[in-house]
Amino acid sequence: MNARGEEKCRRVGLSKRKRNKNLSEKATCSGHGEDSPYFAGWEEYRRNPYDPLHNPSGIIQMGLAENRLSSGVVEEWLSNHPEALMISNRDLLKDLALYQDYHGMPAFRTALANFMGALGRNKVKFEAERIVNTAGTTAANEVLMFCLADPGDVFLVPSPYYPGFDRDLRWRTGVEIVPIHCYSSNNFQITKSAVKSAYKDSQNRNKNVRGILITNPCNPLGTTSSAKTLKMLLDFTQKKKIHLVCDEIYSGSVFSSPQFHSIAEIVTRESSTPDNVHIVYGLSKDLGLPGFRVGAIYSYNNTVVTAARRMSSFCMISSQTQYLLSCMLSDSDFVECYIAENKKRLEERHKLLVSGFAKAGIKHLNGNAGLFCWVNMSHLLTSNDLEGELKLWKSILYETKLNISPGSSFNCMEPGWFRVCFAESNITTMEVALQRLQRFAEKYKAMY
Amino acid sequence: MKMNICQEESVSLGLNDKITSVSKRATCSLHGENSPYFGGWEEYRSNPYDPLLNPSGVIQMGLAENGLSFDLLERWLAEHPEAALTCKPDLFRELALYQDYHALPNFRKAMANFMEALRGNKVKFDPERIVSTAGATAANEVLMFCLADPGDVFLVPTPYYPGFDRDLRWRTSVEIVPIHCYSSNNFQITKSAVKSAYKEACNRNKNVKGILITNPSNPLGATSSAKTLKMLLAFAKEKKIHLVCDEIYSGSVFSSAQFYSIAEIVAKENYTPDNVHIVYSLSKDLGLPGFRVGAIYSYNNTVVTAARRMSSFCMVSSQTQHLLSTMLSDSKFVNYYIAENKKRLSDRHKLLVSGLDKAGIKHLEGSAGLFCWVNMSHLLPSNDLEGELKLWKRVLYGAGLNIPPGSSFNCMEPGWFRVCFADMNISTMEVALKRLQMFVETNTKPSIKLG
Repeated sequence: MNARGEEKCRRVGLSKRKRNKNLSEKATCSGHGEDSPYFAGWEEYRRNPYDPLHNPSGIIQMGLAENRLSSGVVEEWLSNHPEALMISNRDLLKDLALYQDYHGMPAFRTALANFMGALGRNKVKFEAERIVNTAGTTAANEVLMFCLADPGDVFLVPSPYYPGFDRDLRWRTGVEIVPIHCYSSNNFQITKSAVKSAYKDSQNRNKNVRGILITNPCNPLGTTSSAKTLKMLLDFTQKKKIHLVCDEIYSGSVFSSPQFHSIAEIVTRESSTPDNVHIVYGLSKDLGLPGFRVGAIYSYNNTVVTAARRMSSFCMISSQTQYLLSCMLSDSDFVECYIAENKKRLEERHKLLVSGFAKAGIKHLNGNAGLFCWVNMSHLLTSNDLEGELKLWKSILYETKLNISPGSSFNCMEPGWFRVCFAESNITTMEVALQRLQRFAEKYKAMY
Repeated sequence: MKMNICQEESVSLGLNDKITSVSKRATCSLHGENSPYFGGWEEYRSNPYDPLLNPSGVIQMGLAENGLSFDLLERWLAEHPEAALTCKPDLFRELALYQDYHALPNFRKAMANFMEALRGNKVKFDPERIVSTAGATAANEVLMFCLADPGDVFLVPTPYYPGFDRDLRWRTSVEIVPIHCYSSNNFQITKSAVKSAYKEACNRNKNVKGILITNPSNPLGATSSAKTLKMLLAFAKEKKIHLVCDEIYSGSVFSSAQFYSIAEIVAKENYTPDNVHIVYSLSKDLGLPGFRVGAIYSYNNTVVTAARRMSSFCMVSSQTQHLLSTMLSDSKFVNYYIAENKKRLSDRHKLLVSGLDKAGIKHLEGSAGLFCWVNMSHLLPSNDLEGELKLWKRVLYGAGLNIPPGSSFNCMEPGWFRVCFADMNISTMEVALKRLQMFVETNTKPSIKLG
């Protein structure tokens, strides 16, 4: 192992003794990110899952950002359109079976482009030719890193951020993340000074910054970026000649004001098409179809579209699934109905959650999007630090039997923040969860 | 040895100040599409043969796809709507939410059973060792990420599938050192060739991490003998390196010559080697490349775990996993399909070979795969790469046949070409063979004619 390899292994906390010299460094380091509490809580849930009848004292999952609220709308469409699932036309079936072109089915790309436009209230038209299909947004983000940055280069990412980015952006690409620290004092909004500070921090360490990656709507905050912030980021990246990647995976999960602005809207107002803007999208969250692995890169840079398309050979979407979704998303009545109904259901469920928090005396960040709420439980910490947060997380997990994700797993700088998901369980389960939380908060109040 | 040319190329691009620069990987040519292998496909796409609409168009003989047994799949699908999830909203919802990179247990079990059936049930595959990936393209790349670090080397026998230059090297920065094989012994892999490649890599201070073979071989259409596989296993063990066997064509063995999977060799060892990994996919044997279904089967637990985590980047759609787990769990269908597919491949191969004979074109004795490795060196204008490319172009533009040249498979001897036979119907094949015969007649040198 050379000196650089040793240094890397030390950094990821792996002893020389443990490292298997016969396998790659990537196979044996912890770049997969699964050692975090984010995933540990899921494991605990899997071992002891709540069930109202069979296991009423089990763990309730509130750590998984999945949208099950509108599955019924999708299922109803499918029952009226069995031909999207079961293809009786022989030629069509054969075409699909053989379709391995990484351009992706034109009908699918068109349908997806239209859907993305509809999510933004048709303020922007997305060109199907700029869409690159990938098997999920996990793949899309990684492909973009491979296209935009070389090993050792840096992407700036506002914290708190989705834990999966540590793996998706860094593991196999060799790209590094430098956080843009955001704080509760201004509701975790991204400020220009924070961006400049992160950029300077990288430069001071002789790192080559290749871009900024944001999630809008934001995971875990559950808020959307203002047009002003997006414009600030666009201007900054253009000035520094770096890329701006906007992961808009929750753009169809905006349920209240303020209005969602896609970076695409900001781009259309510019006098020339920027070659440094790239959008990531996927159907895992908005349509509740994570199992189908449907993601996309939308890039304004032709070189990136070409390179990403070629790389998508490693992560193509099943043509069977492309066909199903091209049928579904081409149905504009369904799209309109789904978007409205999904918004309504998310809003209602969010209200229920927030009212439960109020009863428990737990403050939260005012959210308008996503499948989760960012809550402040710092008043329940025994010590105002990481250790205190992890202690609190464990008591909530093992004693209160709720899996909610601690802010540290999202790289949040301030201890005590947690992400609570609300779109995965049914109302009854949520009510049980909120009661448990209220009892926990009361118990804490009585103790302290 | 293949050089990593990313750095050279990106410098020469002369990036404009106004353009935001992209990565070296995005701009280098390791994607491999500048090769004649892909060039011929483009020509076909712009001028495809159609018996009625474009009878003088290019006939595609360069795509290794299996369309011969599609009707069997089609019939099964029509008889099993439950595989397509119609009228099953609960199951649909469960699958729609299933994003576990372990993949559906039923799917892994069905894949394991299918792999066993393809090998005449001579070996058992443990579903827990299967890692599913969106195609073999992804599987091979994931394995490289797991087994080798940037700059490390994998030895690959030539001639080899052109896609390996991209799949094994592009994003991984792993390098390929070829193990040269020659027609003098029917391109079999010899121990001395392996040792020679290994030594060459070491002499250049490169770290060899393994050997990757395709068995049955693409483009040779031949299978490795048990002796060769044992030799490779022993060599890999001695050098403490990995042995990856891409067995993507294991269900396309059509002659009586026996196919040995590395799994059979491993089963006979008195220990489980932790350096053997098999790649499989349903693209060729079942003719379903569009569904993106591949797998890694590894005897190494650490590799299974790491590869499984990496498969987050290339998972198989759960909708498709369900379809295939239903289909491949139907053992009656599986057995019938395997036998019928073998028969059809054999018949079509015979038709091709008889046409090649009529054209006076020699071929390597094949027993598997969807192609035939043919020797057209007697038609070369010059016995070198230039001559081969000239011949390729003449066949493409003159005869309207897309037949990839051996150089795109890194073959060391000019004049070899790979002719695919399983993705066209009989009449189209007959037209193609007639064109080939006419081409040969027109292009054969007078001295040979008189001889």
